[in-house]
Amino acid sequence: MPKWTKPKMLTDATLSFCPGCSHGIATKLVAEVLDELGLQSKTVEVASVGCSVFSYNFFNCDSQQAAHGRAPAVATGIKRVHPDKIVFTYQGDGDLASIGLAEIVHAGLRGENITVIFINNAIYGMTGGQMAPTTLIGQKTSTSPFGRDPKKQGNPIKMCELLATQTGPAYIERVMVSDYANILKTKKAIKKAFEYQIAGKGFTMIEILAACPTNWGMNPPDAMQFIKNDMAANYPLGVYKDIGGDK
Amino acid sequence: MKVQIDFEKCKGCGLCVTACPKKILKMGAKSNKGGYFVVECIDKEQCIACAACAYICPDSVLEVR
Amino acid sequence: MTKKVLMKGNEAIAEAAVRGGCRFFFGYPITPQTEIPEYLSWRLFEVGGDFVQAESEVAAINMVYGAGGAGGRAMTSSSSPGISLKQEGISYMAMAEIPAVVVNMVRAGPGLGGIQPAQSDYSQAVKGGGHGDYKLLVYAPATIQEAVNLMYIAWDKAEQYRIPVFILGDGMMGQLMEPIELPPMKQPNDPEKFDWATTGSHYGEGRRIINSLYLKSEECLQQNYRLQAKYREIEKNEVICETIDCDDAEIVLTAYGSVGRICKSALPILRQKGIKVGLIRPTTLFPFATKVFEEVANKPNVKRFLTVELSAGQYNEDVRLAVNGKKPIDLLSRMGGEVMSAEDIVEKVMEVIK
Repeated sequence: MPKWTKPKMLTDATLSFCPGCSHGIATKLVAEVLDELGLQSKTVEVASVGCSVFSYNFFNCDSQQAAHGRAPAVATGIKRVHPDKIVFTYQGDGDLASIGLAEIVHAGLRGENITVIFINNAIYGMTGGQMAPTTLIGQKTSTSPFGRDPKKQGNPIKMCELLATQTGPAYIERVMVSDYANILKTKKAIKKAFEYQIAGKGFTMIEILAACPTNWGMNPPDAMQFIKNDMAANYPLGVYKDIGGDK
Repeated sequence: MKVQIDFEKCKGCGLCVTACPKKILKMGAKSNKGGYFVVECIDKEQCIACAACAYICPDSVLEVR
Repeated sequence: MTKKVLMKGNEAIAEAAVRGGCRFFFGYPITPQTEIPEYLSWRLFEVGGDFVQAESEVAAINMVYGAGGAGGRAMTSSSSPGISLKQEGISYMAMAEIPAVVVNMVRAGPGLGGIQPAQSDYSQAVKGGGHGDYKLLVYAPATIQEAVNLMYIAWDKAEQYRIPVFILGDGMMGQLMEPIELPPMKQPNDPEKFDWATTGSHYGEGRRIINSLYLKSEECLQQNYRLQAKYREIEKNEVICETIDCDDAEIVLTAYGSVGRICKSALPILRQKGIKVGLIRPTTLFPFATKVFEEVANKPNVKRFLTVELSAGQYNEDVRLAVNGKKPIDLLSRMGGEVMSAEDIVEKVMEVIK
């Protein structure tokens, strides 16, 4: 019995991500969960825009590539046609929390029975390290070169907190992939979200605090420490909403 | 046979090195076609097949049997 | 012959959509098309479909993208400002080759403009509208009955060519009531029957991807060639155009949509005055009835053309290209939601033939 082999829901394509990028970990965890729940031939993935744009190359299932920020709307369309299939979006912070804020909030309000995998690495990776809606106060990016100043560039958005205040979402949790123990916790949260979708409980979102070593200007192990020490301090981990087993 | 490393797929990020409880993974001196220095297992006998390296590897390079 | 029913344009279009197999509507309220979502918000549930009032036009068109890409017969409807918001999604759908139907009940612009009928979205509908080189199959019905007939075939054409079909109506058509004949109920295709739809049933080798991203320029080029080849095919097969009395006409009017209908009522008035007048009324705006214009322009009896439109000459640009300098062309244009009457057209004809 192998202790760990590549999940079947992951294609053989080489991931387009930089060395040490947390996207690879998150993608793999989702694929493992889809394997474990037997969701091959039952799933549609919705890719977004940003570094996650190529996720349709990595998930071994049907996939639609959505316009920037619109993945929850695209997922809504798919789910309404195929309510018996599993539909999930894979989105980054620029896509979900900036340009696509309306779409994610309203998908949540509708209690749309989809799962959202939200990768928060506090930066725009694909375009080369610009400020994201989730960039930390003081964090330097190529468009906040003196560090994010709330007076000039506003404040970071807390998506889990925002959505959890609303009726509609069924399960919302923030996790991080900074180390082995937390990676296992992340997998558990992802699995629970998909189980909720299978049970028809409604909208689920897992926010994953993730590293972008390249655009943070750090080596990958240091970037993992940054998640633990800085990201998690500003974006507290935990279950923000859980309607439980009854609904 | 415990940990196996896909030489060509490794991007040399070093995360597995930090995750290994037995400290038997090290950055190697050999680079692959991508130009990355590939991680090596310096003592397979000591591997306890915990799969921590496999879980943290973003590129699914490590397999643990 | 089936019984005629009296229906408002927007509601007739909505019912014809259902009978044409539409099962999914995603939209947002805007005057003067709101009766379409209102009607479908109860009607679709009678036929096992679904209806979502989206948070925005932008979300609505992207829901159509998802549903259409998953093999469902989906539509959205809006009016000019809302259609502008949908252009991003329509461009993506053109590239990803998603069959769907978009209805525009045009109102006056630019900007918020007014809610009265206009044709000022002609170029947006016919020349693409969003970014990139693409076309939609654009139908411009002149009557509610014609709109019903076109809605009924819209998804068949959309699926045949994997292209968004665009219905270019106007506020007048949406609000008018007319007796119409409704076609029988048609069942939508099973999404599983398509070899491209992301129904979720595929895994590994056979999995499907709906996508508009081609980062390698060579692949992007090939996809553009594919689209262009499809548009040439549509130009060959799908032109619909009505011509009236062009065989002896000295002056040929040309107009589409509701204005085409107004022109029709000007014809007998002009004939009574002894003026030999004809009409070219295209129903498809893309593909454009270029050949019809060429043939009519080549007729020795035809001395000149008069283009009539509720915009500043957008339609006339295509008329001029098709007539290609063979005969002089005058333009009768109204903007801002003002609609010309048959008498206005008669007056203009009398003026230009002087």
